[in-house]
Amino acid sequence: MMGYLVAILTFVSLAVLLGLALNIQWGQAGMINFGLAGFYGIGAYTAAILAKHGVDGFTATAAAIAVTAAFSAGVSLATLRLREDYLAITTLAFSEAVRLVLMNEVWLTGGTDGIRDIPRPLVGVIGGEHYEVAFLVACLALIAIVYGLLERIVSAPFGRALRAVRDDDVVAATLGKDVLALRVKAFAVGGAVIGLAGALHAFYFTYIDPGEFAGFVTVYAFMSVIVGGKGSNRGLMAGAVTVMILLEGTRFLKDVVPVLSAQQVASLRLMLIGVGLIAMLIYRPQGLSSEYRLSARQPAGAEPGS
Amino acid sequence: MRSVANTMWDPVAFRAAEGDSRDELPVPAPGAASRARSNVPLLETRNLAKRYGGLEAVAGVDLVLSHPITGLIGPNGAGKTTLLNIVSGVERASAGEVRFRGRAIGALPPHRLAALGLVRTFQISRELNSLTVLENLLLARPHQAGESLFGLFARPGRVRREEAAAIETARAALQRVNLWRLADAPAGSLSGGQKKLLELARAVMLAPRLILLDEPAAGVAPAMEEILIDTIRGLAADGVGFLIIEHDLEIIAALCDHVCVMAAGQILTEGSFAEVTADARVVEAYLGLKP
Repeated sequence: MMGYLVAILTFVSLAVLLGLALNIQWGQAGMINFGLAGFYGIGAYTAAILAKHGVDGFTATAAAIAVTAAFSAGVSLATLRLREDYLAITTLAFSEAVRLVLMNEVWLTGGTDGIRDIPRPLVGVIGGEHYEVAFLVACLALIAIVYGLLERIVSAPFGRALRAVRDDDVVAATLGKDVLALRVKAFAVGGAVIGLAGALHAFYFTYIDPGEFAGFVTVYAFMSVIVGGKGSNRGLMAGAVTVMILLEGTRFLKDVVPVLSAQQVASLRLMLIGVGLIAMLIYRPQGLSSEYRLSARQPAGAEPGS
Repeated sequence: MRSVANTMWDPVAFRAAEGDSRDELPVPAPGAASRARSNVPLLETRNLAKRYGGLEAVAGVDLVLSHPITGLIGPNGAGKTTLLNIVSGVERASAGEVRFRGRAIGALPPHRLAALGLVRTFQISRELNSLTVLENLLLARPHQAGESLFGLFARPGRVRREEAAAIETARAALQRVNLWRLADAPAGSLSGGQKKLLELARAVMLAPRLILLDEPAAGVAPAMEEILIDTIRGLAADGVGFLIIEHDLEIIAALCDHVCVMAAGQILTEGSFAEVTADARVVEAYLGLKP
């Protein structure tokens, strides 16, 4: 049972990181990234390939962050004139292109067989017995760091400018904001966090294949942001936990309703998740938490939430 | 030494207090400023045109802004807002040239024009809905260290100081237009008139040299109209130029030193308010018949 809980919390940690990334790209800057799974795959494969070639886990993780951020910046530059629907379609196409590359460039990615036995960082020091717990602790620490950095961004003039671009890019531009630069930076920052999550994914599972970086990863991230409250990092964390509880909790349906077949239980599970999300959108469309707002009564420079 | 907040309504002093080095134009020596300004118009367009397929919305406009407050009037569809869109960089001209303080600016994007001190408002207020009233103003503050990723992490002290100074400046601007009490309200919750005042206060945060106002009095209640007029006059007295599109001719008469009339994409006539309203062509353009 303990092992299961640790595993679930690790999954939740990865979901939180992906949600935080999407929250700055979409929640703050208004850039819909339907290709999140593709960027996640780039991060995971970068870390895995480097680790398999003898690069230590920390350097491989740093490289995954840098490579995914660079790809994100590149995609946002290539789509600089696109907004909303068109950006969503383009990022979705990018994700599919990444998946096809991962499947077909066998010499690099192992193709559909994926990459096995990815060396885990510090496994010799920590030992196999406690590694899962230590990995979870590392994930939680990294979430705390990423959360702190993103909250700093959100509460700073940079975050304000992102929200302005999201609301009305023409007005933001006429007020002196370089809309293109802001969008590229927001997408790259989000990409860096996705790259980190991808590297952690590779090291946690020690095996990756292209099928793990499909659309459902993106859907879960969007669900986390919608449930948590678009633009709110604090809400996002609550949202990611809620979504993962829904996803994992409904696995036990077969114990509660034993008369149903496995296929019926799987369908019912998806229905319950869908109903939960719709109920959330109806009764609390703003999500669990609202995004950051500066108050005239708040002392200038005070940390958010203080 | 004057604080930034105290220099709010004096753009030259405000820019100096801000350590503003944005102006890429040659800075004249003290005393020479007025002479230089008298030779170079604040804004000038030459043969400016904008075509949308077969429709020519702006058809060869020559406009020179050499008065503190210039009005731009004309019937609906005359091309006024299109002209303003081109001048502010929101749209590109099909032909012609725009000069701001002697410099060709036709190829510059809106954010570069804002940095030069050319700011605009919109015909239908475009407040940033998810930001508060205060945040709308703080956003417009130029050269903030906290707007760069490096600055906000590497220079936290500077970011804090700038934010505190910006809040004081915004407070002065909002108090001037009687919106400080609504500083924490979402901008989208303001009334139509309040949104117009917010847009003006927001433009002022950029310490502009020229403000393009697109129907600033549309939907504004009389009490707020007085605030609007007082604010524009105060800014003009401090050296800020205005180009005002407005259908309310009483506002134009009250504010403008010079009035240009547009019709069918061209400047029909210009002069004082009394001169242009006495012009038979203006009446014809508005009413579609000869008086």
